Amino acid sequence: MSDYPSSYRFTRDHEWIAVEGAKGKIGITSYAQSELGDVVYVELPKVGDAVTAGASFGTVESVKAVSEIFSPVTGTVTEINAHLNNAPETLNQDPHGEGWLIKVSLNDPAEVEKLLSAEDYQTFISSQQH
Amino acid sequence: MSTTPRAARHIVQNEELLFEISEPGKAAYQLPELDVPPANVAALGERARSDIAGFPELSEIEIIRHFTRLSTWNYGVDTGLYPLGSCTMKYNPRVNEFVARLDAIAGAHPLQPEELSQGALRIMDLLSQYLLEICGMDAITLQPAAGAQGELTGILLIRAALQARGNARRLVLIPDSAHGTNPATAAIAGYEIAKLSSNAQGTVDMASLDRLMTDQVAALMLTNPNTLGIFEEDIHRIADLVHQRGGFLYMDGANMNALVGRARPGDFGVDVMHLNLHKTFSTPHGGGGPGSGPVAVKAELEPFLPTPVLTRRPNGALTLEEDRPHSIGRMRAFAGSFGMLVRALAYIMANGSDGLKQTTEDAVLNANYIRTRLKDVYALSYDTPTMHECVFSDKLQARKADVHTGDIAKRLIDYGFHPYTVSFPLIAPGAMMIEPTESASKRELDEFIAALRAIAQEVDTEPETVKTAPHTTRVSRMDEVAAARKPRLRWTED
Repeated sequence: MSDYPSSYRFTRDHEWIAVEGAKGKIGITSYAQSELGDVVYVELPKVGDAVTAGASFGTVESVKAVSEIFSPVTGTVTEINAHLNNAPETLNQDPHGEGWLIKVSLNDPAEVEKLLSAEDYQTFISSQQH
Repeated sequence: MSTTPRAARHIVQNEELLFEISEPGKAAYQLPELDVPPANVAALGERARSDIAGFPELSEIEIIRHFTRLSTWNYGVDTGLYPLGSCTMKYNPRVNEFVARLDAIAGAHPLQPEELSQGALRIMDLLSQYLLEICGMDAITLQPAAGAQGELTGILLIRAALQARGNARRLVLIPDSAHGTNPATAAIAGYEIAKLSSNAQGTVDMASLDRLMTDQVAALMLTNPNTLGIFEEDIHRIADLVHQRGGFLYMDGANMNALVGRARPGDFGVDVMHLNLHKTFSTPHGGGGPGSGPVAVKAELEPFLPTPVLTRRPNGALTLEEDRPHSIGRMRAFAGSFGMLVRALAYIMANGSDGLKQTTEDAVLNANYIRTRLKDVYALSYDTPTMHECVFSDKLQARKADVHTGDIAKRLIDYGFHPYTVSFPLIAPGAMMIEPTESASKRELDEFIAALRAIAQEVDTEPETVKTAPHTTRVSRMDEVAAARKPRLRWTED
């Protein structure tokens, strides 16, 4: 069972964000990758693209399904994890670390306060389990 | 490459690609000697085409044998039970093919004069009348190419009708159990999608519907029975709520095989629906198509139907009317999949109303027989009674031995059956979705049930056999992940 870092914040759509000042790093959670199964392709935005809290910014394709990824915050893309193009399996292996998706500069760092804590997220996913 | 003699090979073993059996210099044709001056190819300069490098070279009989051998590998509704849930893979009666091949029908041209097309138009007219009677609707177009295009036609009709009322609205409501084509349709028609969560019984949650059904919702797209095979018992209340708030009720007719002759969507409040002739009405489904997806509507939507519309001239002759100022326009060339309309009509007339009703009852009975005989070894996704299909979950097998729906499906191939539908609907984790249709005999159903029970046993005693299935096929289990991550889309020599 993967750990959910206590410094991260989470969404009910199963994304995480690690914030430092006005910058954030975004990925999908360990729960999300295990539900998706083997990831085969990741479609990311371009550097400079705007992302909006709650809106889709890319897709993750697994052997089971193509799923949209929703941004936890509003901001601008500053970096993408290009490594995922050649090694999409990184998302399965290390979802909270090397498998990060994009880095953004936040329009409003206070937005993060509305997101779930690691503890709340784990309570949320245990209520989702079947 | 194998050294087994070809005679033994073609029965049981794999077939090489044409590229692999190619030998330089072989050809399947011989041209007569040139009796005109040769063309000056050099004059074409760089526009001259060069030969295709590496194209396979084979004799005619080698090509024929290659493709004929491949054709014997097919598994279709003519070779065995095809329990692919949600697809209604029923028998395609030979009488359909007989009628569709009659010279006067097969040889008709869509551009022949109207007076010579009266027979073909009469086929369309008769089919329209029967389908309207079966659905309880007021008007119909036979044009759409298949289910998804039928959906698009239906939502465009709703959009046009709402625009005529003054506001096309913004949203389409779709339950989380829906086919993926539903949200795709709504998006292509310019709508945003609002997801409607199902309740614990696997049906529409009335409270959520009440909350989401605002004056911005153009339509609710509902499949009934839904993809879990469950009939939406609240359908009248659902329809009333949607209508009270100014929306339309669209019914995806994918599961109409559970209703024909027993219940009419028009009577339970549906405004627009499509039919899949290649499911419910026994025309070929899959590679044997093409599909056909007629759309039936209530009177309010009739002015917007795609052109041309089948009508009668004052003298009684049938004609295709193009002058329809409110029409959404043409959805497909000519009269749609005309050959499929012929087959569907043959199916309806050969069965008659009593036969169609019996068909529906048998389809529901067969699915419930399977459900009853397997529910002690596979967990049901929902306890709610189901109709023409049943959905199990791999929950017990996953917990016991990490065996999943895809493993069980692949093991089923070893027992000689086409797999059921895996991992759909999405709201049923580990779904095993089984739709036997009315075409299966009790003997076949018993064999299928015995196979699934045997596999459940194997999960207890030798789970690896199931996890690595299939074992009896020419090609064993594919590495689907590697194929998706590093696809090899072209043959290369190395």
